[in-house]
Amino acid sequence: MKILIFTGLALLTAVSYGQPSGKEMLNLIDRNLSAKTRIMTAKMIVGGARGSRTIEFNAWTEGDKRSFSEYTSPAREKGTKMLKLEDKLWIFSPSTDRIIQITGQMLRQSVMGSDLSYEDMMNNGDLTSHYNASVTGSDTIQGRKCWLLRLDAISDNEAYQLRIIKVDKEKNIPLTEELYAKSGKLLKRIILSDVKQVQGRWYPMKMVFRDMLKTGDGTQFVIETLKLDEPVPENIFSKASLK
Amino acid sequence: MIKFIIKGLLRDKHRSRLPLIVVSFGVLLTVLLYTWITGFLGDSINLNAKLAAGHVKVITKAYRDNMDQLPIDLSLTGSKEILDGLRKDYPSVSWVDRIEFGGLLDVPDSAGETKSQGPFTGFGLDLGPSSGEAERLNLSKILVEGRIPASEGDILVSSQFATKLGIKINDKVTFIGSTMYGEMAIFNFRVSGTIKYGSVAMDKGSVIMDIKDARKALNMEDACNEILGYTSKEYYDDEKATLLTQSFMAKHKDSGNKFDPVMIRLRDQNDLGSLIDYMTNVMGFLCFIFILIMSVVLWNTGLVGGLRRYGEVGLRLALGEEKGHVYRTMIAESALIGFVGSLIGVTIGMTLSWIIEQKGFDFSGVMQNATMLMPGVFRTRITTEAWFIGFIPGLVATVLGTMLSGIGIYRRQTARLFKELQ
Repeated sequence: MKILIFTGLALLTAVSYGQPSGKEMLNLIDRNLSAKTRIMTAKMIVGGARGSRTIEFNAWTEGDKRSFSEYTSPAREKGTKMLKLEDKLWIFSPSTDRIIQITGQMLRQSVMGSDLSYEDMMNNGDLTSHYNASVTGSDTIQGRKCWLLRLDAISDNEAYQLRIIKVDKEKNIPLTEELYAKSGKLLKRIILSDVKQVQGRWYPMKMVFRDMLKTGDGTQFVIETLKLDEPVPENIFSKASLK
Repeated sequence: MIKFIIKGLLRDKHRSRLPLIVVSFGVLLTVLLYTWITGFLGDSINLNAKLAAGHVKVITKAYRDNMDQLPIDLSLTGSKEILDGLRKDYPSVSWVDRIEFGGLLDVPDSAGETKSQGPFTGFGLDLGPSSGEAERLNLSKILVEGRIPASEGDILVSSQFATKLGIKINDKVTFIGSTMYGEMAIFNFRVSGTIKYGSVAMDKGSVIMDIKDARKALNMEDACNEILGYTSKEYYDDEKATLLTQSFMAKHKDSGNKFDPVMIRLRDQNDLGSLIDYMTNVMGFLCFIFILIMSVVLWNTGLVGGLRRYGEVGLRLALGEEKGHVYRTMIAESALIGFVGSLIGVTIGMTLSWIIEQKGFDFSGVMQNATMLMPGVFRTRITTEAWFIGFIPGLVATVLGTMLSGIGIYRRQTARLFKELQ
């Protein structure tokens, strides 16, 4: 019995201190960040050439296929709604009373002048099914020990073909991400912080996005309330809910 | 003496016909080539000036550094005060404020949902009667269908873009873009007309609207991204623009603020400087080559004539005419031929140039993929210089050719003349 316990502890120690595989790391990250549904209240603080603006919104997402968000502030944006179904995105603007479909290259444009693109906003999918990962080393970020991960896109259709991320060894949450284009050009840098426990998972409540192709101070994405895996009414994800 | 030379030239056609044809043809070609190049490059510069560059442009320092991205967030604020100041300080210059921006035009179907959409470059212009912008851009001439914007929310769409998106006159369309403060800009407009610039790049996707509407859509009250100045109604004058820019910059010292206004010339924008330099160099090179070729041709013609007139020159020398006098009369003859030939060449060349200036050559069919702001219809342009550019070299080359070939007269030895004449 003693031998069995000793062997078990030795194996556990080896796993704990050894370098995990890329796939294992992605599974651990997805276990924290990926959810069947997400309901959140958040705000974006966009740093621009003429000062910063705060945009507040509520969002409902279901996997990486369906998403709905409604902007509540400032006055100019209030009532603007966005609906994503599969790879299609619609925007409703109350001032024009129009439902506009955003497709193709437009999906890579900035959302309300922020450093996030429509794709960034709508993409809530798990990493495992989109990237092949390999652990390339370790580092220390924000005083936390991290694994250094290289994620190569499985499909050519991914907006970011390469991601270099640093993942907290203990909480399995990325603390920094660098997103690259196919050409190898650095497109975005994200710093994730304020990691809190939400329904038994670790979740970063603050993210600072920096579009490397833009001038500006970046965009802070702050999650104020977050509910995971809670049922979302079916009618939310319909065009009727836009108007 | 001149009468004598004229009589000689008229009676002995062999002496004048060939040089006259050569000079006329050479001058004609030069005039045509000059007016063509001036028209071609001048039109491109002029089109750029009218459409986007102005002769000078006032923008913010930060905007200047990122101008190719049309960053409206780096626009001039307090534009009315700046504009009033410019009009007061430089009253001879025509000043206009504009907003140039990019965005997406969305066309709804009968249910109000997206039918088609495409990216465009938008121009917010002061379409009021006093600004002269509608005349500057020839809006009434380039209007294909519909009317010039007269009511709030009216826009003009380039006809090729309208066809591509399936837009009809009076259709409601929606602009999607960003405001000066980075907010999402979604605004409805009504298409009042379609236009055709004759510039492939512009016809692909552009929209013109009144600056008041652009200000409303882009949240740019008392702001604009560019104030354009036109030193004259005609073509760009680099010297005037340089002086104006120096004067403005002397008054507006750099305070270190990225939103400080700066003035730039047309030549400082979109590689237009290299186009202007190229144009100047081409003109100089053209004149040099013409004089060189014509000199060689006319020297050769003079030599042939000299050989043919070998006996005549010998006889004149034998009769006691001075070598210098023979040489001078031959130069006078050539000057007369050069004058008449150049006159004929200029007359025919200018007539052809005038016809091409009026009619133009339409090359838009072969410029489908052009990205540069170039006109699709090319025309010659008759300038004051065009009258001299062929005439003076025509005259100079003829005289120079005779001067070179006539040197042989001085090599003739009087003692051997009678032997030669026998």
